[in-house]
Amino acid sequence: MDAAQLSGAAMVTVAVPPGLERARLAAGQVVDPEIPVVTIADLGILRDVALVGGRVVATITPTYSGCPAMAQIEDDLRLALTEAGFDQIEVVTIQDPAWSSDWVTEEAREKLARFGIAPPSPAGEVLCPRCRAASPHEVSRFGSTACKALMVCTSCGDPFDRFKEY
Amino acid sequence: MSTQALSTDQAHGVEHLLGHADDSLVLAQRLGEWISRAPELEEDIAIGNIALDHLGVARALYTRAGELEGEGRGEDHFAMSRPEREYRNLLLVEQPNGDFAQTMVRGLFFDAYQVELGEGMAGADDAEIAGIAGRALKEARYHLLHSSTWVIRLGDGTEESHRRAQESVDRLWRYTDEMLEELTPSRRQSWGQVVGGALHEATLQVPADPYQRSGGRRGLHSEHLGPLLAEMQWMQRSYPGLRW
Repeated sequence: MDAAQLSGAAMVTVAVPPGLERARLAAGQVVDPEIPVVTIADLGILRDVALVGGRVVATITPTYSGCPAMAQIEDDLRLALTEAGFDQIEVVTIQDPAWSSDWVTEEAREKLARFGIAPPSPAGEVLCPRCRAASPHEVSRFGSTACKALMVCTSCGDPFDRFKEY
Repeated sequence: MSTQALSTDQAHGVEHLLGHADDSLVLAQRLGEWISRAPELEEDIAIGNIALDHLGVARALYTRAGELEGEGRGEDHFAMSRPEREYRNLLLVEQPNGDFAQTMVRGLFFDAYQVELGEGMAGADDAEIAGIAGRALKEARYHLLHSSTWVIRLGDGTEESHRRAQESVDRLWRYTDEMLEELTPSRRQSWGQVVGGALHEATLQVPADPYQRSGGRRGLHSEHLGPLLAEMQWMQRSYPGLRW
């Protein structure tokens, strides 16, 4: 989605179709149904938005094989694109390359922490989102959704979810 | 591994994919039977999550198998409209849950197998299959952590938990050859090291009895698959073509 990041002047020269810009904006605002503080673009679930003929093709990939939110995400994408004025919408699910928590953006990691979910941490350091203390205790490797584990802070005693590294 | 067969023999490849998809679907259905009945809340959630992972792998593989087959059949057809004899899953995954120890021992055997399988399939020529396998591999490693931790805890636990875990190993070991014969010798050896290591730590013994059963990959199942499919498929059987 490089086009979305270009300045207005540059966009004129690369001539991004106005429809594509609108489609990308609309799709980029769809939030994750289970973690509504982050968008599916933030999480790396939304892989591409393209215009093919008069059709919008949005490409998504599941985080986990069993993610039950995929059908909801597809519905939400269709709704967002319909509201943005498109009537021919295709949502394609791809398996390759397999999703990785490395794709979660920096901004999304901050949003997750503010929401009370410890973001995925490649270094393995998990901080309590409430008191920022390190070395919490893992209650269960399996949390409220497939992508999270259940922790409890050994300092302030608060239980919290941790977004797993994958 | 099936990767060679896939590039050279499409039909054989589809059959292979369906076998692996059936493994995942049948195990997902079995694990689902634990929901609301697991020994503690965290386990209920863990088993439910693992079942969902297996279900997701099954759906992705069925979809890909249908695309490769090119006859317009998709996940719903493969899951809901095939009779028992057309199911190609391993005998291991259709075995009843038994007690918690038996479910964890079955998990250990299958999860370790799925890790070996996934490492092989993640390098498949078909990018979609490689992607599905790559994702499944990460999940299988996580499942293996779960099942092996429990087998060790139960085997090396109380007298009663040890007895039950050992009975589960004795009961399920006979279904392991069928599963392992698909792996290359080095992957089979690797499975043996992982499972053997966990059993050793759990103070559990591999049964001396060499008796083994097979047939799942040829559609010859134990008596347990039929009732599972009957429950899972009854709505499509009663109302063929029904859609939500």
